[in-house]
Amino acid sequence: MTIPVDVLIIGAGASGAAIGWSLADTRMRIACLEQGDWIKPSDYPSTGRDWEARQLGDFNINPNRRGNAADYPINEAGSPIKIANFNGVGGGTILYAGHFPRMHPSDFRVRALDGVADDWPIDYATLEPYYAQNDRMMGIAGLAGDPAYPPKAAVMPPLPLGKTGATLGRAMNTLGWHWWPSDSAMATEEYEGRARCINLGHCTGGCAQGAKASTDITYWPQAIRARVELRTRCRVREITTNSEGMASGAIYYDADGAEQFQAAEIVILACNGIGTPRILLNSASPHHPDGLANSSGLVGKNLMFHPYAAIRGAFDEPLDGYRGPHICTWSQQFYETDLSRGFLRGYTYQFSRGHGPVTTALWGMGLGRIPWGADHHRALRRGFDRSAGMLAICEDLPEEHNTVTLDPTLRDANGIPAPKIDYTLSENSRRMLDHAVARGSEILRAAGAREVAFESPMQGAGWHLMGTARMGRDRSRSVVNEWGRCHDVKNLFIVDGSVFVTSGGVNPTATIQALALYVADNIKQRLANLFD
Amino acid sequence: MTEDHRLTADERRSLRCLAGIMIPASQEYRVPGADDDAIFADIVSSLGTDARLVVAALQRLAALSGGIFAEQSGAQQLLACEAFRNERSPLVTVLERVTVQCYYRDDRVMQSLNMEPRPPYPRGFEVESGDWSLLDPVRARGRIYRDAPENRGD
Repeated sequence: MTIPVDVLIIGAGASGAAIGWSLADTRMRIACLEQGDWIKPSDYPSTGRDWEARQLGDFNINPNRRGNAADYPINEAGSPIKIANFNGVGGGTILYAGHFPRMHPSDFRVRALDGVADDWPIDYATLEPYYAQNDRMMGIAGLAGDPAYPPKAAVMPPLPLGKTGATLGRAMNTLGWHWWPSDSAMATEEYEGRARCINLGHCTGGCAQGAKASTDITYWPQAIRARVELRTRCRVREITTNSEGMASGAIYYDADGAEQFQAAEIVILACNGIGTPRILLNSASPHHPDGLANSSGLVGKNLMFHPYAAIRGAFDEPLDGYRGPHICTWSQQFYETDLSRGFLRGYTYQFSRGHGPVTTALWGMGLGRIPWGADHHRALRRGFDRSAGMLAICEDLPEEHNTVTLDPTLRDANGIPAPKIDYTLSENSRRMLDHAVARGSEILRAAGAREVAFESPMQGAGWHLMGTARMGRDRSRSVVNEWGRCHDVKNLFIVDGSVFVTSGGVNPTATIQALALYVADNIKQRLANLFD
Repeated sequence: MTEDHRLTADERRSLRCLAGIMIPASQEYRVPGADDDAIFADIVSSLGTDARLVVAALQRLAALSGGIFAEQSGAQQLLACEAFRNERSPLVTVLERVTVQCYYRDDRVMQSLNMEPRPPYPRGFEVESGDWSLLDPVRARGRIYRDAPENRGD
């Protein structure tokens, strides 16, 4: 029998950690259920000689390939873009690259500015103080003065430019296009107990140095010191409701597989754009036959990824190769809508350094650039340590036919119905990707690349999971209100990427966490009449 | 039981043969092939959850070559490999993955690529910080973001 809590948070990733930390100062009794476990830094791949191989195995970004005990299967056969996530304390921040851009003022007003999708019920100014607070908590490296953004402070100096950043920067200057050091969730100097980055070059396999800001080493230690209870290896099956239609707690399976019930006054979902609708749909009951908080019918709909294109060039001169954080600089030259380009909205380029030899070989073999046979060695050496490129992160517009539903047969290890993804790449996204590949190739040629290759869309790039429980003031067109509370269940909140109205063309973690801190502040300010 | 036991003797011979075709030894670069004793032992012991797919891939190669792949002539093996790769099956990627992930962590191979044979952690690497004056032209062009109308509700 568990002791009832005031606040139950489900999910210990980017947003669950942030809201848990923020709510701790209320001195309410707070518990968080996380289906995964703590990851020991000594377990990260970069500590071993098999560092590249393990990123293809137990630290793979795809949960179906990874298949760890903490993972749940996902039927992604109906999507050209496959899911990337991580289940454990820190969630997706364990394996993310740490690219940390904010959304732009225009991202919150796409209907007003561009006549497409819907405006958010909040704006950049609303989130700006929370972005800044989150930058300090996560410890963000960057350089103030980026002309692509309203003024914002940098917490730490930027990542090293390196040969790659300088080569690409000079090309961008030749073309007259915007570029800037990326805001990065990397400690470039010692910061709040974190060691500085030593350029392991393996951020996306987890940072053994502890320089990358995953929430297991940023928010969680502080939240736990403030008496937030974090219970790992606890997988939630459903949220329960009482006769008044309020959430009463959650049923979950503990580390031994035993069914438990946790009663709570407030329930907060922080399970990402797939995990959250999965739980809401699995929480169907006679009072909520279509799933919990789903009177709008929009739970699980409007799934947005960011369609990615990878464009890479091979150069004659050695660059940084596998050394240093993979991320480096960004460009938002093509971020704002320009109808002459043939599509609405835009994208960010995330410039990147090279890869290790395994990734170089597999990428080249996959594209037919590195053959089998005697010529393998020469072809690999033409690309290894001599490649640079970019990822184009394209804004994905919401479409109701892109969905997360429950698979009729697939189950996880606890017998809970698994999610099923159905997603179609839109014509707008295709045009944007084509533009990104063309301009990216132009950049690489200007930088001196003798060969350019690309993958578009990147099949394995479903990192960003958004839109499946969208925010809005109209309860018939949204799932949560403008401060994250479900329209239908007044003590149920959602703080992950599910609430995004539109996706922007940037990595979403900074915005997800800023939203979590903003929702936390709203809860704190409204405690006296929170359920009115 | 190790994953090694999932391969029969014929499958092991065929996999080794295929690894040597994929990445042969090179005197020019002073590297062994992927069929080298130590590298192939690493490949077999590292198959893990890929073992089942590797067996499926080898069965497909056997079908394309008309028998046990390792027992075919060199010319027949190359023809079967070409046909196999032209099928663009995910099984091709599996064979490439299990071979490449072990080959490129061998000391001799890493040294031939001017890599130190060690993991990235704890020593890390040096990356030059760079010349930030390269950003002067970007600053000079001024802001590029759009203002957005005030939020008046939806």
